Amino acid sequence: MSTEPVSAAPPPAEPEALPSAPTRRTFIAATTAVGGVAVAGGVIGGSVLVGSEDAAAAVAPVSRVSLTVNGTRRTVTVDNRTSLLDLLREHLDLSGAKKGCNAGACGACTVLVDGRRVNSCLTLAVRLEGAEVTTIEGLADGDRLHPLQQAFIDEDAFQCGYCTPGQIMSGVGCIKEGHADTPEEIREWMSGNICRCGCYVKIVRAVEQTAGK
Amino acid sequence: MSPQPQAAVGAPLSRVDGRLKVTGKALYAAEHDVDGVLHAVLVDASIGRGRITSLDTGAAEKHPGVLRVIHHRNAPKLPYLDNPGSNNPEGRRLRVFQDDKVLFHGQPVAVVVATTLEAAQHGASLVKVGYDAQKPSTDLAEAQPDEPTKYARGDAEAGLRKAAVRLDLDYRMARNHQNPMEPHATIARWNGDRLTVWDKTQWVVGTQTELSTVFDLPMKSVRVISPFVGGGFGSGLRCWPHTVVAALAARELKRPVKLVLSRRQMYFGTGFRPSYDYRVRLGSDRRGRLAAMVHEMDAETSSYEKFEEAIMLAGQMFYSTPNVSQEYRKVPLDVNTPIWMRGPGFASASFAIESAMDELANRLGVDPIELRLRNEPPEDESNGLPWSTRRLRECYSVGAREFGWDRRNPEPRSTRDGDWLVGLGMAAAVYDPGRFPAQARVRLDADGTAVAEAATIDMGPGTYTSQTQVAADALGLTMRNVTFRLGDSLYPPTPPHGGSMTMTVVGSAVLDGCNKVRGRAIQLAVEDEESPLYGIKAEDVVVRNGRLHVQDDPARGETYQRLLTRNKLTHLEAVGAYAGAPEPARHSYFSYGAVFTEVGVDATLGLVRVRRMLGVYDVGRIVSPKLADSQALGGMVGGIGQALLEHTVTDHRDGRIVNASLADYLVPVNADIRDLKAIYLEGEDPDADPLGVKGIGEVVQVGVAAAVANAVHNATGRRIRELPITAEALI
Ligand code: FES
Ligand code: FES
Repeated sequence: MSTEPVSAAPPPAEPEALPSAPTRRTFIAATTAVGGVAVAGGVIGGSVLVGSEDAAAAVAPVSRVSLTVNGTRRTVTVDNRTSLLDLLREHLDLSGAKKGCNAGACGACTVLVDGRRVNSCLTLAVRLEGAEVTTIEGLADGDRLHPLQQAFIDEDAFQCGYCTPGQIMSGVGCIKEGHADTPEEIREWMSGNICRCGCYVKIVRAVEQTAGK
Repeated sequence: MSPQPQAAVGAPLSRVDGRLKVTGKALYAAEHDVDGVLHAVLVDASIGRGRITSLDTGAAEKHPGVLRVIHHRNAPKLPYLDNPGSNNPEGRRLRVFQDDKVLFHGQPVAVVVATTLEAAQHGASLVKVGYDAQKPSTDLAEAQPDEPTKYARGDAEAGLRKAAVRLDLDYRMARNHQNPMEPHATIARWNGDRLTVWDKTQWVVGTQTELSTVFDLPMKSVRVISPFVGGGFGSGLRCWPHTVVAALAARELKRPVKLVLSRRQMYFGTGFRPSYDYRVRLGSDRRGRLAAMVHEMDAETSSYEKFEEAIMLAGQMFYSTPNVSQEYRKVPLDVNTPIWMRGPGFASASFAIESAMDELANRLGVDPIELRLRNEPPEDESNGLPWSTRRLRECYSVGAREFGWDRRNPEPRSTRDGDWLVGLGMAAAVYDPGRFPAQARVRLDADGTAVAEAATIDMGPGTYTSQTQVAADALGLTMRNVTFRLGDSLYPPTPPHGGSMTMTVVGSAVLDGCNKVRGRAIQLAVEDEESPLYGIKAEDVVVRNGRLHVQDDPARGETYQRLLTRNKLTHLEAVGAYAGAPEPARHSYFSYGAVFTEVGVDATLGLVRVRRMLGVYDVGRIVSPKLADSQALGGMVGGIGQALLEHTVTDHRDGRIVNASLADYLVPVNADIRDLKAIYLEGEDPDADPLGVKGIGEVVQVGVAAAVANAVHNATGRRIRELPITAEALI
């Protein structure tokens, strides 16, 4: 049996679109304007270009975005394909948000955007003009940990720690949403965050305690 | 242990690296800041077996940012020397980009290197590969096994024939993937002929030897760094092809290269727990005393390597059985090579054996715990050795009491809670922890702080914390004044971080190193005329909070700081060692447990929910109770996944894994897990090792799947002999 030549790399799995967000494919196909920001190749001049010089030489479609990350205003020029997660991890030196699946299925990349928890792997950086992003690195108040961070340590609500930033950001969102009244409710509303080390019992305890404070 | 007071060991301390992990500052493999790093993305084969006939890289190379596409037509030939001391199974390991052969679906066939991740990803999608495809063989049930590995004692067939009660049972277990939350990743950087890699691995020394043999470099030219590992469960026990690709690409491009597997690529770029067909035939007398057991096991392996695991041992040592025969057949398939996954061998064997024991208990109308007690062996019948410690009876009795086993109605399908049929089940657990040689370096500085280091890993169990506890007590320092370092091949060598041996072997080496350093300090003091301890017998001196003093006269003493400073010493240093399991063995040494669970099964929908679970363990001394508890609960969660959810599905037409994502390969989420509890029997195993520990991490997953299946039977009257137990099987 032999087959026709085929592409060895199937296109990346199409993530489920958030109700309010365009999918990557529709977005990339229609690189015209999003959120009032002109998206074109010619807006590099004058802006802070993230990435290396090689990246500048590349003429992939780029956009300029101003957003606030952990309280600091940043204007960046990003490849239109860049997710918020990759912007944080690969360009802004904030590797606290983790990449577990890059497809919206694990929650490791959870950050707060304008106070709401989102999967940053499914969020294109270019649509974040004016947004306020909070990552795990911005949660503590100087040396004083956020109560949920402290509760995670006290309850030993993690082992390898890889899901932990996402769990904590998700937990902060969960409490703020008012979804942390009972263990049952916490279990439901924290189920978008996988912990392969299996720390769920203690994650629920940490969220419950913090919510009760 | 040492004569030192134990303040840290056994105390329920929080993780020493906790703050780094909750603030996002712990750096995992892909997160190290390496100047000028390029991004690499693998192109993987879209056929299950065959040859590459054409490669069109033009579009990819023209894509902005793409610097190079490397594949078998332009890659340099690599030495690929033998690597006998490694975890590579017998066979011929996959050699990346060395020829046009495709051995399994997903095999790396090219790598795209670019200045940005986006460009590399897009570039990879533009590479066009043509194949001459053959139909792969990926179905365990259809393929031809290799020569079996055999074991026999007594005459099992005769024993079966004569037995009053006989059962013949077929169990099947799905392939499982470790799926640690952190995808495998490597950053490789060359400096002349020296290679440094930041790698996700459970064994820096293993990655180091593999790279040194693949590239024919002296060991000391390769450095492997891995300070934080985002879970492993076995997936990091060997060095996988992508690590070689990263190093190769970095050498070709003359720049550092970062390569991260996608979640999809994790399903064929790293290993898995093989699927099993496990047939058990057993015979017993009317009281349930086993007369004979026959085990036939078929397991997946790849066409190019013969993967083996300890699937046979449980059937030889766990129950008293005069007649045993076993055949373990490895079935070569067109898949990538499996790798040990949590509770390797035992977690699979126990599903079959512990389900079969439950079936026997039901047949005889004997309580499952009572049946197990009737078959409890006085010694290890596989080798005639006495047990070091085997406290299973206690595990059963404590578990039965704490769980409320007496409330179980032995009659299946007799308990209801609304729509739910409720059942209780239990199973025993056992694991054979490894005990290989290890070393650790310990340095006590004149400022009264100490550093211990070893090339081990912390993938989650808490190595940083527990080794600090051991060192702190042995040196007589507070936790705060001791730092434990790991994850660097420059540190003294250790065996793989797996097989439940890190606490035992690294801990014993750390203990030895600390005892030596403390001993030298004491010796120095008792021989130093200016010391208040001058002339005291060395064995009468202990150290507490950094201060040496006479055991019975705490007022008489001085600090490390004063002693070292006065003697003009900047530090004291020693290398500690653990020599490995004693040869010849004097004891048979295993970790044990008993798992109890209550499940609810929706009477109409067949949904299974684990309502509560209790594990009781005999694993020797517990160094770090808070962390050990987390490990046990985590093992139960893993076992619940194995029991109810996890199943890697292959399309046998082309060898493609159809559910290679976390949306389609189901693992337990928070809503799946309710009430879990672990109890560790107090005590230690003095024959095990200097610390008296036996190892936790593997045994805690063993037995869980059988306990769930047994509870499902108690709830529904349905015996499910296939993992995972699905709603479909129960409707
Ligand atoms: S990485 Fe975003 S959900 Fe998994
Ligand atoms: S702590 Fe390891 S995945 Fe959650």
